[in-house]
Amino acid sequence: MNRDIILQTNKLGKYFYDPIKFKVLDDVSFEVSKGEFLTIVGKSGCGKSTLLYCLSTMDTNYDGEITIANQIVTGQKIDNLAVIRNEKIGFVFQFHYLLPEFSCLKNIMIPALKLGKYSYDEIEERAYQKLEILGLKEQALKPASKLSGGQQQRVSIARALINDPAIIMGDEPTGNLDSKNSETVFEIFKQLSQDFGQTIIAVTHDTDFAKASDRTIEMADGKIVNHNKII
Amino acid sequence: MKLKVNYEIALTHILTRKKQTIVAAMGVTIGIALFIFSNSIVAGFSSYSKSNMFKTIPHIRIYKEDKISKALSITNDSSDLVLISNPKIITTNKNIVNPYGLIKELRTKSFVVNAAPQVNVDLFYNSGKSQLKGVASGINVIEADAMFNIQSTMLAGHLENISSDLNGIIIGKGVAEKMNVRVDDNLTVISSFGVIKVMKVIGIFATENRNTDESKSYINIATAQQLIQESPNSVTDIYLSVREPDSAAYFATNLQELTEYKVEDWKTANADQLAQDNMLGTMTPMIAFSIMLVAAFGIYNIINMTITQKMNDIAILKANGFKGKDIIKIFVTEAFIMGAIGTFLGLLLGALLVQILSGVYIGPPVGYFPIKFDVSIFISATLFGLIASLGAGYLPARKAAKIDPVEIFRK
Repeated sequence: MNRDIILQTNKLGKYFYDPIKFKVLDDVSFEVSKGEFLTIVGKSGCGKSTLLYCLSTMDTNYDGEITIANQIVTGQKIDNLAVIRNEKIGFVFQFHYLLPEFSCLKNIMIPALKLGKYSYDEIEERAYQKLEILGLKEQALKPASKLSGGQQQRVSIARALINDPAIIMGDEPTGNLDSKNSETVFEIFKQLSQDFGQTIIAVTHDTDFAKASDRTIEMADGKIVNHNKII
Repeated sequence: MKLKVNYEIALTHILTRKKQTIVAAMGVTIGIALFIFSNSIVAGFSSYSKSNMFKTIPHIRIYKEDKISKALSITNDSSDLVLISNPKIITTNKNIVNPYGLIKELRTKSFVVNAAPQVNVDLFYNSGKSQLKGVASGINVIEADAMFNIQSTMLAGHLENISSDLNGIIIGKGVAEKMNVRVDDNLTVISSFGVIKVMKVIGIFATENRNTDESKSYINIATAQQLIQESPNSVTDIYLSVREPDSAAYFATNLQELTEYKVEDWKTANADQLAQDNMLGTMTPMIAFSIMLVAAFGIYNIINMTITQKMNDIAILKANGFKGKDIIKIFVTEAFIMGAIGTFLGLLLGALLVQILSGVYIGPPVGYFPIKFDVSIFISATLFGLIASLGAGYLPARKAAKIDPVEIFRK
């Protein structure tokens, strides 16, 4: 099978220095194909979140090299990385992290307004579409802070999707949700992956969630211990 | 609303925290109002004291300076005699040669508004046994009145009579009181050249400057020439008024090229009085500046607090592709909006305070409180307010721009 590679890491290494020198990532190399739904699992402190932040381009302090959509991101200027994040990566965090003063619609629109690829009206239209996919169209004009946790998480998925990113990255996207909402969220992820061919990389310790993905990488002590390739 | 996204975020922050915005803006309002108020008072005082000064002092005065003889005449020729003398003022006359020619020439300069000849005479006023030292200014009424607005200081009598009445004298209020004379009374004057003349008081003026009122008098220029025993063409001083009194020093150096006589601007001649104005003019804006600094700190504090509370939001914006520059723009915009609201209200409040104080009657000789409504003060207050709030926003915003989102998400 000849699949397009969307993300590639080459011998990633990273140290923490506080309180003592400690190797959190050790020789991590893997590839993610376009359209793949990848989960990264492992015990607390195994380095999976750290790995995700390196992939996200927000953490630049590592050894090795990361390539996203045929572009080497390692060593790029911070402002360039911001542009790359804006255009290529959508984030879903554990604690939904919406801007509380803004309506759901505005929250979704903000990354697109920043990108400036479409006009304001088009962006608004697209934001409504995303909300519709996630079944939240009626909540569009409510302030983000008035929504339930599960709804907020769905809004943040809509936000992640607004710029049609190459990759969606999730940091424990179901970590703060009850089982019913968790199920909704990974149903959405599965749907995005299957129906829209969306590449997803998610860190999780939710085994059900991991099982639902195309492939799971298991980490321990900063190393990949299991490349569970299921294509 | 189709603002750029950074401005939209800033505006939303402002609108969702109206109370804090108002508090921060109010600090600026008070700072700006006091800035305008105190600067207007200083400007008012300075223009009041200047206009008071210009009642008797010309913008520029041209006169013959006393020369002091050289102690030693040095010569290169050994056969010459070397003269040694005591240095002292060479008592030649104080007349300006061809004064009207010079006046004509001065009037061709574009910045000269008026040029008037004057003959000043040191004299004593005598009435019975009492004697008072003073100075009489021999004037050409029309020109002198145009320059000093003498008419406005007249208490009794008629100024213009001087031009026809060679025997007439207009004296200061203080002279009249001390000599106990009124209009139409006689007053004997003795000039420093020993000429005695009995004159008739035809008017009394009051400048409200005690020194002037107790010594000065106006007489016809021809009478003054008699008192110093000079010909009808002799003039001791030429007084000039110029377009911008504040640039008098510059004009004076310019005019000095025209003549060998001393050209002296009013600032040089009255340095002591101006020192007071300068002191006030330095101190008051400094106080206003400190008040403004406190107001700017108010903005700084609130932006700083907002940033501390919004660490998560900043991290999320950065994760979604906002650059450090964008974060700075957002928070500087917020500070600017607070500052602009505050400045605008400050301008209104300042104008109101100036308006109120300018209606306060203090009584003679000042009249209404001397406060000046000066557009340039309002402009500088606006710039000051806006720049200060930009600065107050920039400092914490720069800190916000450096927030590492990973550190926030890890918590």
